Amino acid sequence: MANLSRIDLRAQIKHLDLAEIPSWLSTALIVILAFLLGGLVILAIGANPIVAYLSLLQAAFGDVNGFAETMVKACPLMLAGLGIAMAYRAKFWNIGAEGQIYAGGILAAVVGIHLAGLPRVFLLPATLLAGVLGGTLWGFIPGLLKARLKVNEVITTLMMNYIIIQLTAYLVTGPMRDTSSGITISPQLDPAAWLPIVIPKTRFHLGILLAIGSAFLMSWLIYKTVLGFQVRAVGEQSRTARFAGIPVERTIIWTMIISGALAGLAGGIEVSGVQHRLVEAFSPGYGYLAIAVALLANLEPIGVILSSILFAALLNGADAMQRAAAVPIPVIYVIEGIVILFIAIRILRRKSN
Amino acid sequence: MAVQSIPVIKMVGITKHFGKVIANDDVTFELFPGEIHGLLGENGAGKTTLMNILYGLHQPDQGDIFVHGQSASIKSPHDAIQIGIGMVHQHFMQVPTQKVVDNVILGLKSAGKMLLNRDAARKRLMDISENYSLKVDPDAYVWQLSIGDRQRVEIIKALYRDIRVLILDEPTSVLTPKEIEELFHTVRKLVESGLSVIFITHHLEEALSITDQITVLRNGKVVGTIPTGSTDKRECASMMVGREVLFRLKREDGGGYEKHEVLRVENLSAVNDRDTPALRGISFNVFSGEIVGIAGVDGNGQSELVQILTGLRSISGGRFWVEGKEMTRASPKTILQHGVGHIPENPDDGLIAEFNLVDNVMLNMHDVPPYSQRGLLDKNKMVEKARELIQAYDVRTPNEKVKARTLSGGNKQKLIVAREISRNPRLLIAAHPTRGVDIGAEEYIRNLLLQKRHEGMAILLISTKLDEILSLSDRILVMERGRFMGEMSREMANIEKIGLLMAGSEA
Repeated sequence: MANLSRIDLRAQIKHLDLAEIPSWLSTALIVILAFLLGGLVILAIGANPIVAYLSLLQAAFGDVNGFAETMVKACPLMLAGLGIAMAYRAKFWNIGAEGQIYAGGILAAVVGIHLAGLPRVFLLPATLLAGVLGGTLWGFIPGLLKARLKVNEVITTLMMNYIIIQLTAYLVTGPMRDTSSGITISPQLDPAAWLPIVIPKTRFHLGILLAIGSAFLMSWLIYKTVLGFQVRAVGEQSRTARFAGIPVERTIIWTMIISGALAGLAGGIEVSGVQHRLVEAFSPGYGYLAIAVALLANLEPIGVILSSILFAALLNGADAMQRAAAVPIPVIYVIEGIVILFIAIRILRRKSN
Repeated sequence: MAVQSIPVIKMVGITKHFGKVIANDDVTFELFPGEIHGLLGENGAGKTTLMNILYGLHQPDQGDIFVHGQSASIKSPHDAIQIGIGMVHQHFMQVPTQKVVDNVILGLKSAGKMLLNRDAARKRLMDISENYSLKVDPDAYVWQLSIGDRQRVEIIKALYRDIRVLILDEPTSVLTPKEIEELFHTVRKLVESGLSVIFITHHLEEALSITDQITVLRNGKVVGTIPTGSTDKRECASMMVGREVLFRLKREDGGGYEKHEVLRVENLSAVNDRDTPALRGISFNVFSGEIVGIAGVDGNGQSELVQILTGLRSISGGRFWVEGKEMTRASPKTILQHGVGHIPENPDDGLIAEFNLVDNVMLNMHDVPPYSQRGLLDKNKMVEKARELIQAYDVRTPNEKVKARTLSGGNKQKLIVAREISRNPRLLIAAHPTRGVDIGAEEYIRNLLLQKRHEGMAILLISTKLDEILSLSDRILVMERGRFMGEMSREMANIEKIGLLMAGSEA
């Protein structure tokens, strides 16, 4: 009897496949494995992984301020991650969330600075909408190029990142520069354009709740609307979607409008809620990390909430880990790298099935 | 003919599981020298699994294999070839960017020499080609070859390795009628020279016309082995599906409605993906309550015609109308909504593999009431409809939440047909509606088409199966190189006449 069940178990293990287990479980396994392997790296450099991870956790979630700072970092990752997830649902390989963040940040800053004096009820929404608009525009262009002229979106979205990042640098050193400041930044936005703080004495701003709300909105869009149905169909099998009369090109354009809008909102919120001005290089690569955020979450909007908080906690806790356990910050990049490696393996496994 | 002696191959009590599915259940199979042995069964009956075991691709869970009376352990295709067993799969194992001769000798060691002896290989290849009427140019690149040529290369590859038993897995499914004749000729020559051939098929006529013995498999089990001379189509069919199959389809002429022209096509021309003419100015029409069958060898413009009529391909000349409304440059959506249903020639174009059955049923209905209102999907209505179709059209599935890829070929096609017919189109374009489905589903789909015709639907049927064209169509058009070679009513049609037209000769 015991022997029989062992054979059975072995057969089970033999048939166990990463692609066949539920995706939330594979995500959890990826994260756990990454931390275990990261722990080995920490051991190898002579530090104590348990101390390191505890100090990381403590810094990221241990007190109100730590939690707030984690959420401040999670916010742009979450919104840009949602944008990426949207695009990837339609198999549009948008690498341009970073650029869409900058485009949103620029327009939000322009509105928040130049429409100063308007009451908050108008100015704050206008600032955020300007962010949405900037990202939309920056997402729409590669979407249109792909849909109408079949231009490869990986190249266009990536190149448009450089354009807008350089444009930001130009603006804050030239036309939009705060001449009273010694460094290259724009003047502050009108305080009426600032996102209100939700948790007093922290930087936890209203934008974080907007981001979480956006995730639920997007989940609804993907699963409950005609557009969401068409995005999923185009992403799964565009040829079949075309046969069924789904307007593939139009769906791609709409997908990129929404994808850009979400990343643009991330930029707008970063300017309005955190920086309060346009700063050169205000996004330290959120738009690229958002790709890992979206993929780890299996492109599920609700999952993006969790995975963005995970990556933000790593960013936020890294300093503390270095101080408390003498573990250098790059160990965090190792963990991130391992996560991304496992994600890639998961994608390849699915493809080969 | 079969000679009673020691079997070349004897497989005893072969059992093979894939996960929970039992693919072969205690199968016993014997092949005698000089015999053409047909392995007959529906899709998924276990034919290919059994032969993959013989060829060393799978290991049986239980059972033994004897070759010339000796117990044999076949762990890999290499082992199989060593003891004289070769197999030609449905999907060819070739390197398209290499020449035929290089493909044939790929993986062989030229005994003791460092350098390839291509001239010797070429000569040997030509000898084989000559002896067994396997015409092929040894210096052509594989990517330049037609499917028929590539199949011949695959057979030559096996013969080059001195095999004594050749397994052919559904060899005719990719061939034109003329190529099938050539293949049969080759197979007969092979057995004349002492080889034995196992011929896997689900096509009754082929099994009956080429084999000496037929073994029928159903659900992984052997139903029986019978000499071909003492059986007939009806007996084989009932062994395959486990019940009597109606070969005579009921045809009734519809009544109670006025016949009118539903599809009108004038002087249509178009190019194919290689920019060569695919359609050269064709005109025809389809009336309500009528099935117009387009017969022809695959690749003579049928695919392009269907793509144009469904808005998926642009045209270079001509016009067409559906119910009097011009649709010449309309989008797929416009055409669909104007009452055109489409059963695509490739079922993969009809279903999204990773979508569940509900979403697949809704592919071309999700954006219209009652399934959505103002852009919002109504899940309950969607599920309700999917359940209704699954039940009404006998789609075999545990429930409507499974992904489409889990369905068998026949059930996939039934789901597509159900979806298209349930939209009640005025014109149904059915491209190869029974391709790759088992006999049960084939009969079901054909009867359904006849019933819809009876109810007044106009149906354009494109098929390479002549029995299908003949048993369903009211009028038959034969397409060859982008033109109609002739039109005939069902009363005037017969296989010989259509065959001639398909081969491009005027009847």
